[in-house]
This record gives sequence, structure tokens and C-alpha cells, in this order.
Amino acid sequence: MTTHERPTTLLAELTHRCPLHCPYCSNPLDLLRAESEIGTEDWKRVFTQARELGVLQLGLSGGEPMVRKDLEELAAHARGLGLYTTLVTSGLGLTRKRAEALRAAGLEHVQISVQDADPVVAERIAGVSSVKQKQAAVALVKELGFAFSINVVLHRANLDRIGEIIDLAADYGADRLELANTQYYGWGLKNRASLMPTRTQVLEAKEIAQERMQRYKGRMQITFVLPDYFEELPKACYGGWGRYYIVVAPDGRALPCHGAYAIPSLELPNVREQSIGWIWHESPAFQAFRGDAWMREPCRSCPRKAVDFGGCRCQALALTGDATNTDPVCALSPHRHLIDRAVREQADEYVYRDYAEPQRA
Amino acid sequence: MTLALDAVPRLWRLARLDYNPVRERPVLLYPEGAVLLNDTGKAILELVDGRRTVAEIAATLSERYQTDVTADVTEYLSRLAERELIQ
Repeated sequence: MTTHERPTTLLAELTHRCPLHCPYCSNPLDLLRAESEIGTEDWKRVFTQARELGVLQLGLSGGEPMVRKDLEELAAHARGLGLYTTLVTSGLGLTRKRAEALRAAGLEHVQISVQDADPVVAERIAGVSSVKQKQAAVALVKELGFAFSINVVLHRANLDRIGEIIDLAADYGADRLELANTQYYGWGLKNRASLMPTRTQVLEAKEIAQERMQRYKGRMQITFVLPDYFEELPKACYGGWGRYYIVVAPDGRALPCHGAYAIPSLELPNVREQSIGWIWHESPAFQAFRGDAWMREPCRSCPRKAVDFGGCRCQALALTGDATNTDPVCALSPHRHLIDRAVREQADEYVYRDYAEPQRA
Repeated sequence: MTLALDAVPRLWRLARLDYNPVRERPVLLYPEGAVLLNDTGKAILELVDGRRTVAEIAATLSERYQTDVTADVTEYLSRLAERELIQ
């Protein structure tokens, strides 16, 4: 067995239930219902075991974690263990009473999603009236003194307003702003055709983001993640398979990344039956793509294999049909044309389809 | 970018100095990240309180270690400032 690192991060997907219906959601198409969710004591045990294994960061996520009635209890347990905990929320359900209880429980950091600076588009994306509730949640988070991040998923319908979105986050008083271009997993992959931006949009957005990073330096940290479809090199997904990250699904299944549901050959261990320590060190799922023994060419002989680990296994599977293939984003992948086609078709369909490629019409 | 000696560094509001018993290492925690520290890093960051200047921090540590550590302290804090973990 190859030696491996201690995990740093546990993402607890407490539930798949969510009042929002965002078409880019990275949750699997098969959403779990409330009755299959694991209980409070299960989660506490998982947090304790994760801490013992070396985890430093905890994400309380979902779905919408606020739908869990035991969230305050879980946050208190996490704080008692010394974990740096982030609540990843839409803001819906974050009432004054619950926000105060979470603060009292020792929760440090709240991340609220914003869909767009334009409230009409924001609610069209979320599929539900939500902007007013988010504004109220933002005000509470500021008033109670939480560390505060905003995250925005970028795609064709909001990318042109990236400047306004950044300014809105600054107005909201965010300490951090994560601008993440849509990743095409789960619902995101299903809706790829309607979400894919044009190359021009992406490049212009990047420029605006860089300008705003300077403008807000020292006041709000901005991260802008370029969409991998527009890159030549694949992303080092989660810093490598089974290297730093553990995701636990609402039903207790443990995954090396939150897209790994989609790899049918993986036998996912469950925290109901196994300890986090066994899952990390011993489970076949966490070892499946750890290290480089599983790699094929062009990865196997590539000098970058210890840098990007062959990219994303879920993307390789979803687009090429085999999780051991090189991530098709890589310019060296024999499947790169699948990425280029997805980008090109989109740009054409939305703007110049007939002119750019009349033979395809 | 090097911090001036009369600069008054403070930790980013979102960062917290902690000790990780599993790794037996001090650690600086912040959203989506962590820096594992050595004892020197910890000694420096413990003096970063939003009141002391870089020069004062360096003087305290120079006295403690009986050698001039001003350059090391300045470089260390400047590196963290570049990552916006020190402001």
C-alpha cells in the first residue's frame, strides 16, 4: 500500500433536502430522502473519529443543512473537538433564533450562496423566491460577528454580471468571496447545455475579477476558479484521490469526493458500519485511485502525474466511460475533443451557431 | 512585498491559531485551509496581536533566542501577508 497523508477536511453532507432548485447542483441525480439520513449520534461519532484521524476543517453542508433540527448540537460537538467549522447554507432557514444558537454553539464561519446580483435572475436560477431571505440571513451573520463568506456559482446566465456580483458581496460585508465556475457533475452535467458559458464571457469575467481583487484587497478575499473546460490542464481534483478529503453523504456513505457517487464500480463504505479510520486507510473505495498505480497512458509516464493526479476520475468516467482514463480536460487526453465540442456547441447554440459551423446545422 | 518594521500586523479575522494533537503541531486554521506551523512560526504568531509592531515582535524574539532574528521574522510575516493571512 502506498503511504498516504492524513485527511484535512471532512465535508458532511447532512441532507439532500433543500428549498432551492439550482440547476447546477452537484448533488447526485438520485437525491436521498429524509428517512434515509443518518442520525445525530452517527454524525457526532463521525466528527470525533475524523478529528482523531487528523481532520482540521469541517463543512456542514447539504442540500440545505438548516433543515436538520440537530444542526446546533452538531456544531457544538464540532467546536468541542476543535474543528474549524463552516456552515454552507443558502441562508434560507437561518432565522435569528437559530443563528444565535449556532453562534452560542461556537460555529465560526458561515458561507451563504448568492445566485446573481440581479434578483430576478437569482430567483429564476434558484427556482424559488429567496433573495429577501438571503438578505436577512446576511444581516444576521454580520450582526452576530461570524466569519462570513459568499459563494457564487458562475455560468452563462450570470457571468456577464460578475462585476456587479462582486460589488454586491462587498456591500454585504463578506470577508471572502468564492467565485466558482460551474462544474459539470450531477445536475450540473445534466444541465450542461444551458449552463456552458462562451470563451469570451469567461475571459472577460476573469479580467473583471482580477481588477476587483485589487480594488477589494485587504477588505474581501476573492477567489476565482476558472472553469476546467476552458483550461488545457486538468484540475488536481480535491488535491488527489484520498489525500486530504472525506465526504460523508446524508445516508452515511463515505466518498473521496462529492462526485464519486457516479462511479458505479466503487463500493462505497458506510459510517454506519465502519470507522472513519478504516474508511480512510483500508477501504477499497479510498484506495481505488490513490497514488498512481491505477493510471494509464498518457498519465502513467507524465511528469505532471504527481501534480494533477490525472485530473478528475468522475469527469473521466462521465465523459469517456472509464474512470481510469485521463481527465478529458487534459490537452494530452485522446478524448479532449469531447470537451472542445461541449464548449463549441454551446457558444454556437447561444450566439453564432449557424455561422460558426453551418455543416452541423 | 516586505512588511515595514513599523507595520502593525494582525491575524486575518477569519484565522485562528490552534494546536493539532494528532499531528503534534501548532496550526493556523482559516476557511478552506490550514498552515502547519513549527515552533518558531507559533512563537511569532503568538506575538501578532494588532498592537505590536514587526520591530517589537522581532526584538522580543531576538532577546528570547539571544540572536538577531529581525530578518527571519520580517520574511515570515511578509510571506503570510502575501497570502492575506496577516493584514
